Amino acid sequence: MFTTIRDLIKFSPSFRFGSLILLIVAVMIVLSFFSPYEAGKLRRKVKRNQPPSATFVFGTTSQGEDVFWSTTFAIRNTLTISIIAVTIGRGIGVMLGMLSGYFGGIFDRVAQSTVESFIVIPRLPLVILIASILRGSMTMYSLGILIGLFDWAHPSKRYRSQVLSLRERDFTHTAVFSGMSTVRIVIREHLPFIIPYMLADVISGFLFSIGFEVTLSYLGLADLDSPTVGTMIYWATYYQSVFAGRAWVIIVPIVTVVLMVLGFYLMSVGLGEYLDPRKRLVRLSADAGEESEDEEPRKDKDGAWAP
Amino acid sequence: MNLLRTYILPRILQWALVIFVGISATFLIPRLSPINPVDEMIGRMTAFASIDPHAVVSMRESAMALFGLEGTLLEQYGRFWARLLEGDLGVSFGNFPRPVSDIIAAGLPWSVGLLTTTIIISWTIGVFLGALAGYFHNRRWSQFLERFVVMVYPVPYLITALVLFIIFGAWLQIFPIMGGSRGEPALTWKYISTVLYFGFLPALSIIIGAIAFRFIMAKALTTTEIANDYVQYAELAAVPKRKIILFYVARNTMLPQVTDLALAFGAIFEGALITEILFAYPGLGFVLYNAIYNADYNIIMGIALLSIVGVATAMLIIDLLYPVLDPRVRLR
Repeated sequence: MFTTIRDLIKFSPSFRFGSLILLIVAVMIVLSFFSPYEAGKLRRKVKRNQPPSATFVFGTTSQGEDVFWSTTFAIRNTLTISIIAVTIGRGIGVMLGMLSGYFGGIFDRVAQSTVESFIVIPRLPLVILIASILRGSMTMYSLGILIGLFDWAHPSKRYRSQVLSLRERDFTHTAVFSGMSTVRIVIREHLPFIIPYMLADVISGFLFSIGFEVTLSYLGLADLDSPTVGTMIYWATYYQSVFAGRAWVIIVPIVTVVLMVLGFYLMSVGLGEYLDPRKRLVRLSADAGEESEDEEPRKDKDGAWAP
Repeated sequence: MNLLRTYILPRILQWALVIFVGISATFLIPRLSPINPVDEMIGRMTAFASIDPHAVVSMRESAMALFGLEGTLLEQYGRFWARLLEGDLGVSFGNFPRPVSDIIAAGLPWSVGLLTTTIIISWTIGVFLGALAGYFHNRRWSQFLERFVVMVYPVPYLITALVLFIIFGAWLQIFPIMGGSRGEPALTWKYISTVLYFGFLPALSIIIGAIAFRFIMAKALTTTEIANDYVQYAELAAVPKRKIILFYVARNTMLPQVTDLALAFGAIFEGALITEILFAYPGLGFVLYNAIYNADYNIIMGIALLSIVGVATAMLIIDLLYPVLDPRVRLR
């Protein structure tokens, strides 16, 4: 495990850069526990509308919040939401995908029809609808659950096809003919393939849920009192920070989101490169140090960039 | 005949099933809302005038009947399908008594225009650049291009749009930040130029992310494709590079790209939700957003319906075209 990470940091520039960014993010999260302010009680604590300076590293808002310390809380909360969403979404996705891949038959057909219908239903409008129904009673945690409940259809399809292709591989047939039990085949032979895939997939799940959190909060559909990166942007636009010449109030959360998704993405790119043996061969044969930073992109039509 | 039974019919059945389930879900979910649209409407009407309480009660009853909100959920559901099959989408609650089809028809051209343009532009540029960068993956320019795209791709769409909005709309003030056009709609250059002018920033915000996505996909596909022997053979035979890329490699990577293109067109009827909200662009997404806030079920239903049918039909068309496009599917 540790040697793998060390090798990745050594040989993959994208992994190195991505983990560096995530390290900064982690430091911010740790700092949030040593904040001079209490979580959720940052308003009217400092002088208003101060530009960035030595005392206020990222400046202050028109509500008398210290932007630096709200950012530390915001990163922590956004990641908490994402962890809940990813756990739920990937949990359902992995279960459903693997079950329908292994069982096949009627179960597979029913599961696939459900997944297909779910993919066709416009997701963003539906989430906005539910979030606007729940508005007022929405908390950080229920937002995470809501995002998670809408991000399992595409992953489950991917895991199903992964299982289907594993089942057709020669080594599976060899294992079957040599009398290995199904459970043992799944655990000993297939999980080593699926777990690394899951790792890269979980990271891309983070990209999706961070984007979704920011979008929903921007529309005012989240719990607006708990600072997340999205609610910071919401309040910044609500108090017209762009037009009132307090650009730092909105630039800080925007840069934060960009850095967070970039860190996760670069890490997943590095990881995907490492996991895909074909890529490793390409890398060996290519000129030293020249790497191709691609992975099979997620085919969600409203994933990271959807309008 | 065999193909019809084993391939075409199951897909048409699947299409019908998907639409049925999708529409039923969108029927059910808004009705879980605690907001009653009739009470909302009556609240708006009585806010500035005093009306006889009996009149309010009878008004409420007739409004419930008109909107199809009386009776149990099952009865509503039955009547909903009966009306739908006649092609009647009902009237808007928020803009009473304007019919839903009218409101959707007003927003549709904006969304279709914006999205058709952006989809075509981003798809073409993305596929072309991705294929080039995948083929010449050792060149300096292609690596630089890729570094850039990798930085852009993971950024959430909202953030891209917001940054453009702040830079070009608020600070530099080069482009307008709300609306779709200026002046009376007419087929004159004066009017059309304002449409282009107002549409520029929304379109650019969509195109940036979409090109990055398409580029990464095209490059990944091309990189896999050029590992094939036929590419090496063509190179040894001194076939012009231009010809290898365009006629052999790019053509072989087309299948998933065309699939995606069709799906993107199917999703047009949803409108570009975030873009249209952010830039106050008068398309379907903006209509939908306002409808959600006013609990205007009929409009939500109408747009969801169009969108579900659009995406499902696009999927069906792709599935039916697959055997034509890819001979390998026919063999199975």
